Amino acid sequence: MTTDRAPTAEPAGASPASLGEVRLDVQDLVIRLGESGPDVVSDISFTVPAGEVLGLVGESGSGKTTVALALLGHARRGLSVTAGQVRLDGVDLLRLSPADLRAVRGARVTYVPQDPSAALNPALRIGTQLREALRVHPGAVDDVDGRVSEVLREVHLDASPAMLRRYPHQLSGGQQQRVALAMAFCCRPSLIVLDEPTTGLDVSTQRHVLDTVRSLCTSYGVAAVYVSHDLAVVGGLVAQVAVMYAGRIIEIGATGRVFPYPLHPYTRGLLAAVPSVDRAEVLSGIEGQPPGPGRRGRGCSFAARCGYALEDCRSRVPEPVHIDGRAVRCLRAADIAADIKAVAADRPAVMTGTAAPAPERGLSLRGLSAGYGGPPVLSGIRFDVPAESCVAVVGESGSGKTTLARCIVGLHSDWAGEMTFRGASMPRGAHRRSKDQLKRVQYVFQNPYTSLNPRKTVGQIVAQPLEEFLSLPFRERAERAATVLSDVSLGPDFLSRYPDQLSGGERQRVAIARALVVEPELLVCDEVTSALDVSVQAVIVELLRRLQRERHLAMIFITHNLALVRSIAQSVVVLRDGAMVESGLVGQVLEHPRDPYTVRLLQDVPRLATAGDRT
Amino acid sequence: MAAASPDVPPAGRPSGRMGRHQWLTILRTVLRTPRGAIGLGLASLVVLLAVVGPAIAPYSSTDLLTLTFAKPSGQFPLGSDFLGRDVLSRVLDGGWVLLLMAVAATAPGVIAGEIGGISAAYLRGWTDGLIMRTVDVILAFPQLVFALLLVSVLGPKLWLIVLAVGLSHAPAVARVLRPATLDVSERDYVKAVELQGMRARKVMAKEILPNLISPLMVETGLRLTYSIVIMAGLSFLGFGQQPPTANWGTMINENRIGLGLNPWAVIVPAALIALLTIGTNTFTDAVARVTIGVDRRPEESALLDDLGLQDAR
Repeated sequence: MTTDRAPTAEPAGASPASLGEVRLDVQDLVIRLGESGPDVVSDISFTVPAGEVLGLVGESGSGKTTVALALLGHARRGLSVTAGQVRLDGVDLLRLSPADLRAVRGARVTYVPQDPSAALNPALRIGTQLREALRVHPGAVDDVDGRVSEVLREVHLDASPAMLRRYPHQLSGGQQQRVALAMAFCCRPSLIVLDEPTTGLDVSTQRHVLDTVRSLCTSYGVAAVYVSHDLAVVGGLVAQVAVMYAGRIIEIGATGRVFPYPLHPYTRGLLAAVPSVDRAEVLSGIEGQPPGPGRRGRGCSFAARCGYALEDCRSRVPEPVHIDGRAVRCLRAADIAADIKAVAADRPAVMTGTAAPAPERGLSLRGLSAGYGGPPVLSGIRFDVPAESCVAVVGESGSGKTTLARCIVGLHSDWAGEMTFRGASMPRGAHRRSKDQLKRVQYVFQNPYTSLNPRKTVGQIVAQPLEEFLSLPFRERAERAATVLSDVSLGPDFLSRYPDQLSGGERQRVAIARALVVEPELLVCDEVTSALDVSVQAVIVELLRRLQRERHLAMIFITHNLALVRSIAQSVVVLRDGAMVESGLVGQVLEHPRDPYTVRLLQDVPRLATAGDRT
Repeated sequence: MAAASPDVPPAGRPSGRMGRHQWLTILRTVLRTPRGAIGLGLASLVVLLAVVGPAIAPYSSTDLLTLTFAKPSGQFPLGSDFLGRDVLSRVLDGGWVLLLMAVAATAPGVIAGEIGGISAAYLRGWTDGLIMRTVDVILAFPQLVFALLLVSVLGPKLWLIVLAVGLSHAPAVARVLRPATLDVSERDYVKAVELQGMRARKVMAKEILPNLISPLMVETGLRLTYSIVIMAGLSFLGFGQQPPTANWGTMINENRIGLGLNPWAVIVPAALIALLTIGTNTFTDAVARVTIGVDRRPEESALLDDLGLQDAR
């Protein structure tokens, strides 16, 4: 099986498949729960030519990872592939014996995981792990050591012996992901499956890794499948994109056609939810949530959330319609194509006017520095959050933005400097603050899956602050809880639910309701959308923007996503390695950045090509 | 975008998995596993025997009726013991006190250990040091030896024995609950109530304790098993109920000299103790296995929820 491998070290000459020839051919793949349970994914068909990358996009639960693993001939525990083919260079991987499959995996089909720090063995040196990949498949490469240093150079890592002797924890996240890429490319595979490989990386690192992936795929002539929830990343990387929803591919076609002119209502909704770093727009999310396996009904799975749905949509699953260079599973694709309007044109601009500065009623930080015993992780932080205005704090991971939030709300007390709120100095740590001080500043946690007590009902969670801060009688607590829930668009029936009966977006709404129920003056939101899907993120951001206006809140919106800043904040503070590099009004900073770091950050943000850019 | 009007309330998940009566759900799941069913079956068989035993015993358990160590006969199916009392009647009569004492000893032990473990983990600082170092010292003694020590100091009163056995459980329970509490108290929902200025005692009772149901259930079952063994052991050693009252533990000790003459006087009580402990232990093991599945971290259960695997399980 290695006869098609040229012995030369030239990547371009190593591949027998000329560019454009189909390498991966997936037909009618069906994966079920158990042998005959409900389908998790069904009717999955696509082809990937040599040297091309197919983007497989979808939100959580859409089945994209299930499909990706099937490409390796693997089904997760409890799932089984019940129909279909995965043909790689003509060989159906699903029909191979376990021994043959083992020989294929890692050599012909390779996998790049989402989290390289978890995928690399922490006890083995980088060199050992790379050589291991080659030794498991003898014959793939003659000169193991030569190949290791060659592939390291190809992923733009230093191939020195010192590098090979390092352990994974001695590398940065970006370097670890490059090692994982090197491992995937080292046996000169035919197919590479990349499972959200840049999710945990900073934008600049992400951009470099993506560039590497693109150039390697072309030069090796491999087919690649890139799984991601991030449409902007996929848009910049792949030639062909497949959008998944509730276990089916609902739209597949050339990225250059699908993203600017989406035809399926779900794709349209998804694209409208992606924030843009270049324009301040109202984001529109998609309400509701996709049906899980076994609850998908007879008709189109999206019909319940779809503005275009007809009676017919609910009774039968739409077959793919070929239109405008793509296949769309929508009965109304032709109608939508006829009166096509670019997504961007639907999005009204946000008026982020500057609030009248009233610093005496807001939060003010002067020379704040903080640490965890060692060297300070924050220093010289100095900015104001005037009443009724929203300040965004932007920074990459490790910039100290979460530490800043924890100092402000009182979860971290090892800080120095001056913090005043409404003109009064704020003590360090929650236990030194008065009930009144605690009540006025409320915090929304990053991860709604850990911030709600799983043993309490939504009603108990939301009413708890009223008991602690205001000692209200039970009846009034319940009334106020119901009111604030309706403010975050949750009905009174949610009062008796438990958090694990809620979706991620609903959980985050409950967390916001818990913060708002005591009518605070300052809301600190720490990456509140980073654990959510993009369509839900848009809903939550819009909700926060409306509440901030209606309730005259001051807000600190902490995020790594520069694009979100546009949609919500009036001014912005950019953090790098614990220091402020730039601050000012959003329009000023994002359009005329002064600091080179901000400039680079803005350049590296993946951008979605929408029709708005071309017309 | 006309995808959906914002007024449409989002559809909730219809399946409520972890409600107010989570332990009932766990119990039901446990009984569906073979391990759980066999464990509970064995244990309840012995418990049933011990409870209805006194009512169906053919003779008085303390009367001297025949020769010592008589072989089983039609009149005395399990023969007689070292004083010529009916072994069957003594077996039927001698279980319930042992069981009652085991249960009574488990409760204070688990409660004390729970308070100690949670406080040590949540309050940290000197409280943690004080509690855990005390625990370390007590754990240095074997449990039976520690109970014996307490009994010999305090005297062989029945309630003191129960208390002593109970206290000997507390350190082990605290050891188990401390790391579980450390994990829970770092969760964001605990931080959230701390930011509301909630008092530490309330945080522990209302926020942390309900999230420790699973380790508590497993630990209680395990401690119950140990209680039975220790109670029987103490009786064997002559502490516990005083003669002539029947007791499975005492019976083994009394009759072992006649093992060659009438082995049933030793084998039957020993087998019953063994069956009971094997039963409770197997059942506890089943509970532990189920709760490991039930008590996934929230992120994991969210992932599985998204796949819909929850309903298929």
